[in-house]
Amino acid sequence: MTAGSRIVAMGHYQPSRVVTNDDLASTIDTNDAWIKDRVGIAERRIAGSETVADMATYAAEKALANSGLSAADIDMVVVATCTSIDRCPNVATRVAAKLGIAAPAAFDLNTACSGFSYAVGTADHAIRAGAARNAIVIGAEKLSDVTDWTDRSTAVLFGDAAGAAVLTGVPDGEEPGVGPVLWGSAPDKGDVLKIEGWQPYIHQEGQIVFRWATTALAPFARQACEKAGVDVSELAAFVPHQANARIIDGIVKRLGLGPDVVVPKDLAVSGNTSAASIPLALSKLVERREVPAGAPVLLFGFGGGLTYAGQVVRCP
Amino acid sequence: MATREEITSGLAEILEEVAGVNPDDVAEGKSFTDDLDVDSLSMVEVVVAAEEKFGVKIPDNEVQNLKTVGDAVSYIEANH
Repeated sequence: MTAGSRIVAMGHYQPSRVVTNDDLASTIDTNDAWIKDRVGIAERRIAGSETVADMATYAAEKALANSGLSAADIDMVVVATCTSIDRCPNVATRVAAKLGIAAPAAFDLNTACSGFSYAVGTADHAIRAGAARNAIVIGAEKLSDVTDWTDRSTAVLFGDAAGAAVLTGVPDGEEPGVGPVLWGSAPDKGDVLKIEGWQPYIHQEGQIVFRWATTALAPFARQACEKAGVDVSELAAFVPHQANARIIDGIVKRLGLGPDVVVPKDLAVSGNTSAASIPLALSKLVERREVPAGAPVLLFGFGGGLTYAGQVVRCP
Repeated sequence: MATREEITSGLAEILEEVAGVNPDDVAEGKSFTDDLDVDSLSMVEVVVAAEEKFGVKIPDNEVQNLKTVGDAVSYIEANH
């Protein structure tokens, strides 16, 4: 039996092509100061020929290398994405094929920008239930495929990326490193953020999403801490979905986080990468050793659906 | 019941805190976006703060109708 799971390693991948605000301003009516002030993004990475599965694979490969485990140890692959164009095979099996993971449970999960926390929760449950021993959990998005590059209200917001975590079971008697997930949705508001139909573009009602995110989510984030038995004041870091710097500021204020809590704003250099944004930011935070191993970190995703999910994890 | 003047001065306090607007510039005829330079997201923050301050509900679909300070004062006066 296992008492739960923990994240043992992270990895991430971003395309090499940097697109700055000035680059965008050369083709649409916008400017650097406006984007930085409204959203907090200076530049983003845009994929070339890389698919969602390619980016997911590169991130997972790094996480697996960092974990010290081998492909043969992995028996579950979960990919959170809302931008995979291909219906079948799913991204998870493509990742498994490329990494030589022979026979894992492999599935994709779509809750848009909250996907990574949903996927970590799902993998954690599988490990607790004995349905998996070691899982790779990935958030991977190619939002550039569904962005209308002539729409200045959305073209400035998004980027492409992938981030991955390796989860492994902890023996009975040891403290789990993945806290209970707090997840839910506001289906009545589903139409305010859509990637709908055939060959779609992202459309969102920005004001309504902003209001929901800045007012409704802090209590859920607090509940995620309570479920883990961690007081908000004990958090070493808060890694929210990277949609908008002002949303992050709004949630931080309502949570009452002190100035010593690390709150990444990776969106400044990555844009909003949907389900990839949390593992991307967490992976960089681990790589730079900004938070000590074992310290409590609150992950909290939110977005299309509208959906949200979060959990306290021990920093790998 | 707060008077229109009291509501206007309450909104001026909110606008100063949320969007750095000079309270002396706030008057009923002023447009939030064109005259006071309040962007669409700051407008949401103003609405949320006004709900708390005046004990009113300002639904999502009402926000776009609040073009001027006077529009907001009238809505709050009628609904609080």
